[in-house]
Amino acid sequence: MNRLRASFPVLTVVAAILALWYVAAAGLNLQWERDQAARAKTEVPFATMLANTMAQDRPVLPVPHQVAVEIWETTFEKKITSKRSLVYHGWITLSATMLGFVFGTALGMALAVGIVHNRAMDLSVMPWVIASQTVPILAIAPMIIVVLNAVGLSGLIPKALISTYLSFFPVAVGMVKGFRSPDAIQLDLMRTWSADRGQVFWKLRWPAATPYLFASLKVAVAASLLGAIVGELPTGAVAGLGARLLAGSYYGQTVQIWSALFAAAALAAVLVALVGLAGRITLARRGQAGGV
Amino acid sequence: MSQAASSATPAAAASRAVIEARDLNLTFQTNDGPVHALSNVDLDVGKGEFVSFIGPSGCGKTTFLRVIADLEQPSSGAISVNGMTPQEARLARAYGYVFQAAALYPWRTIGGNIRLPLEIMGFSRAEQAARTARVLELVELAGFEKKFPWQLSGGMQQRASIARALAFDADILLMDEPFGALDEIVRDHLNEQLLKLWDETGKTICFVTHSIPEAVYLSTKIVVMSPRPGRITEIIDSPLPRERPLDIRETPEFLDVAHRVREGLRAGHSYD
Repeated sequence: MNRLRASFPVLTVVAAILALWYVAAAGLNLQWERDQAARAKTEVPFATMLANTMAQDRPVLPVPHQVAVEIWETTFEKKITSKRSLVYHGWITLSATMLGFVFGTALGMALAVGIVHNRAMDLSVMPWVIASQTVPILAIAPMIIVVLNAVGLSGLIPKALISTYLSFFPVAVGMVKGFRSPDAIQLDLMRTWSADRGQVFWKLRWPAATPYLFASLKVAVAASLLGAIVGELPTGAVAGLGARLLAGSYYGQTVQIWSALFAAAALAAVLVALVGLAGRITLARRGQAGGV
Repeated sequence: MSQAASSATPAAAASRAVIEARDLNLTFQTNDGPVHALSNVDLDVGKGEFVSFIGPSGCGKTTFLRVIADLEQPSSGAISVNGMTPQEARLARAYGYVFQAAALYPWRTIGGNIRLPLEIMGFSRAEQAARTARVLELVELAGFEKKFPWQLSGGMQQRASIARALAFDADILLMDEPFGALDEIVRDHLNEQLLKLWDETGKTICFVTHSIPEAVYLSTKIVVMSPRPGRITEIIDSPLPRERPLDIRETPEFLDVAHRVREGLRAGHSYD
């Protein structure tokens, strides 16, 4: 009962968005219906035109149920090996995302460890890390793909590297903050026990940084998915959600574009939720409820 | 084990003082110019003594404790701990340090927190378990080993932090206002427990406090300090017996010592 009450505001907002969407779709698609009628020199009643705006093949803005039907058909009614299956494309994007996420997390952590333990790195690396993220990824991605292709790397790895490029950043920033989060007394205690650097790291800095890690990983996994999709755009649209988006725009398949967008959004939501869950379980096991 | 260590060090055997400071100075360079945290400090702390450091903020009592612990470096003068330099003493794990805040690591249970120094020092698992159980018993926290710090009251957390400092059996205990953040009732209780623990273990304790009754009740020697520059103005040897029930605080002897401490503090302030 409580759960029902809690979900009421969410459902209200969703309903409002859907209603607004239908109105906007009708408005945007109506012109095409009018043009058709004018071209055929026929008088079509307004109500019929309005109904037709919801069933166009290539609408300016497809209505929600068109997108829902497309997602249903391409997810559950196609074999997952089919080039028209969203599962097939989603899996290709997901594998690049996960690989990039692992690379990015490792790179971000390595940088953070270096920055915290080495004064030269502390002073020199962070500006470059920040500068790297001010370069538009859309500009860099094609170059990475082209350059790696020239050295014989194609397919999964280049896309994963673009994911890495985006996902290492939140991990590096979050972990530097996390590794530095122990307060003076906690560090002094380690010194009174004559702990060496490794012990201070594994017994104090690392566990203290864990909550920061999971907060960073949530951002990183979403960024990683974005990177994989962007990485699929310049490959000539072979496979993946990015390819699905690109092919859709080549051929004016707006329904396909929107369904790929929703698939990507759902995938991101699932990934972020999984990271959040892993964080909650980890922190709960050490008695720190609440989580990230 | 500690017995063997101290007899193996000739300097310690010769002086019999566990902590020996001679003409110790420490100056912090700050943006507002140099701050003389310690000025010409001379002090001997004998084995098994309970020494309190009392004085207003900025008198250098905490700084002196941190110098003993090798957490601060003196600018000039000499200090030895167990006949060694503070650094050697720290590396030999000669002391346990209790801070004002319990500073238990929140991701570890009470037992895990007490095991932490033992893990760092490389005790075997069986030894860790045995020592943890023993010190928890000592601070009357047996049965709380599996609890997390946030499940304990402030006083219990501070007791756990004392247990953590006791776990590796250093013969010196350095305590920096350990009960400063606790209420009076809890404080009385912990003072009683600390005295009992000192009596049972025979450790040398250096204890920083703001409270005159606390200093008088606990100590065999009270060091009165004064700020700007931070220095020792008076060292009072307590005539009180080793056995001290709480109501000793109403006896004339106790009030006399308290009076002398108060006078000493006032004298230190006179040309402020």
